[in-house]
Amino acid sequence: MIQMLTEMFSYNFIIRAFIVGTLVSLCAALLGVTLVLKRYSMIGDGLSHVGFGALAVAASLNLAPLEVAVPVIIIAAFLLLRLSENSKINGDAAIAIISSTALAIGVVCVSVSGVNTDLNSYLFGSILATTTADAIMCAVLAVVVIVIYVIFYNKIFAVTFDETFSKATGLKTGIYNTVIALLTALTIVIGMRIMGTLLISALIIFPALSSMRLCKKFKSVIICSGILSLCCFFAGMCASYSFDTPTGASVVIVNAVVFFTFWLISFIREKRKS
Amino acid sequence: MSLVKIENASMGYEGKVIVPNLSININDGDYVCIVGENGSGKTTLMKCLLGLIKPLSGSVSFGDGLRQNEIGYLPQQTILQKDFPASVYEVVLSGCLNKKHTLFYSKEQKKMALSNMEKVGIISLKKKCFRELSGGQKQRVMLARALCATHKMLILDEPVTGLDPMAATDMYALIKNLNKSGITIVMVSHDITAAVNNSSKILHLSKNDYFYGTAHQYLHSDIGRKFMITDCPCDDCQHHNHKKDNGGEC
Repeated sequence: MIQMLTEMFSYNFIIRAFIVGTLVSLCAALLGVTLVLKRYSMIGDGLSHVGFGALAVAASLNLAPLEVAVPVIIIAAFLLLRLSENSKINGDAAIAIISSTALAIGVVCVSVSGVNTDLNSYLFGSILATTTADAIMCAVLAVVVIVIYVIFYNKIFAVTFDETFSKATGLKTGIYNTVIALLTALTIVIGMRIMGTLLISALIIFPALSSMRLCKKFKSVIICSGILSLCCFFAGMCASYSFDTPTGASVVIVNAVVFFTFWLISFIREKRKS
Repeated sequence: MSLVKIENASMGYEGKVIVPNLSININDGDYVCIVGENGSGKTTLMKCLLGLIKPLSGSVSFGDGLRQNEIGYLPQQTILQKDFPASVYEVVLSGCLNKKHTLFYSKEQKKMALSNMEKVGIISLKKKCFRELSGGQKQRVMLARALCATHKMLILDEPVTGLDPMAATDMYALIKNLNKSGITIVMVSHDITAAVNNSSKILHLSKNDYFYGTAHQYLHSDIGRKFMITDCPCDDCQHHNHKKDNGGEC
């Protein structure tokens, strides 16, 4: 076991992926709780599809992937948030339209420019994709996300629990919703190269759902979610290394297993109570 | 100076007037019940008082040192809150956010949250999970949170919806006590009997018209007679109706 770990961490690309992955898992877990509770889970999914479109366009135009993806996803996040708030337009239908359009644009771009080999790595993630420059940028963004989240923690709780009350008592809810959208966008950008654009939303949703099964306080849900996410990422990465499976998918499977275990525990607990 | 002064205000959404030309004063210590049929604009008026929407014309002004964001608000519970993992303490504390713009809760805010929890009798539930409480307990938690946001005035949106009769009676007693301790209450309600029994003033909204006066005046007004299912129990009315039963006073 220890031998495997030392062998694993003797590769530079694994260390880079590990650092980025750890930070992304933490960000995703923190935001995931808010997104799931606000019923915004699908925004994360929609954004990751937009991310795929942006990556594909960047690749076919020979631009740096992250520099294109960051602004595009941030703009998409604002757009999706506005659409979900506006009751006249059906929010989830709007997300479906935007995400499938972005996906289609991405696929067309990739096929026209002939960079087929990357398609798979965009969709399902690649541990090899992170360059040192990427890793540094991801680390900075992740730290920004975590710091902002901690600073606004109480307000984010209030806005998540009861937006109307917060607004009535003078909290600028629009600002905090925007902050949440912005942080989500950043998390997806930094996570999608390793996890893949199709799998990154699992990282946001699973840890939050798992910890909500068992925890009873908001703070403990957040902390538990963070710890779970880190453990799952680590376990997934080790599994991926030793069984030679794709990293993103392995992490998602570990997360799913943990979720079902937690679900089972809470189910048995409730049965015992009644 | 009255606490809230509404002058010739019409309220509604996107140019569509729902409450036309309303002029009322709410004084310090009042217990006002807003009643009326569905769609008569109770919620619209409440949103206007809370500053969630602006009046289309006329004015809503606050006096006696009350600021709009210092009104405590007890909203109807949303579906989101059904499975929300948060402790009672966390929920109550979140009511303090309008006081000071600090990043984390101060000692005073924590003290205030605890004393408000004591006031509504939920101090023993402090560490309980909000989603596991009964309907009545949940409403008390929301009431404690609303108290954290105000010293002067509470707006309650149908506070007994979904409560069993016992819990509803307890809730009304609690609200009455808060009113006696000096907090002005504005309550939107469908429970007309409880409104007449508890409140000092009644605002009845109906299409193109409204009634605002004491509960006694309301019972003797045309609009009130039409809306009350039971007759007024006061001596005059009972005598007038040739009934022998002479229950309590109005």
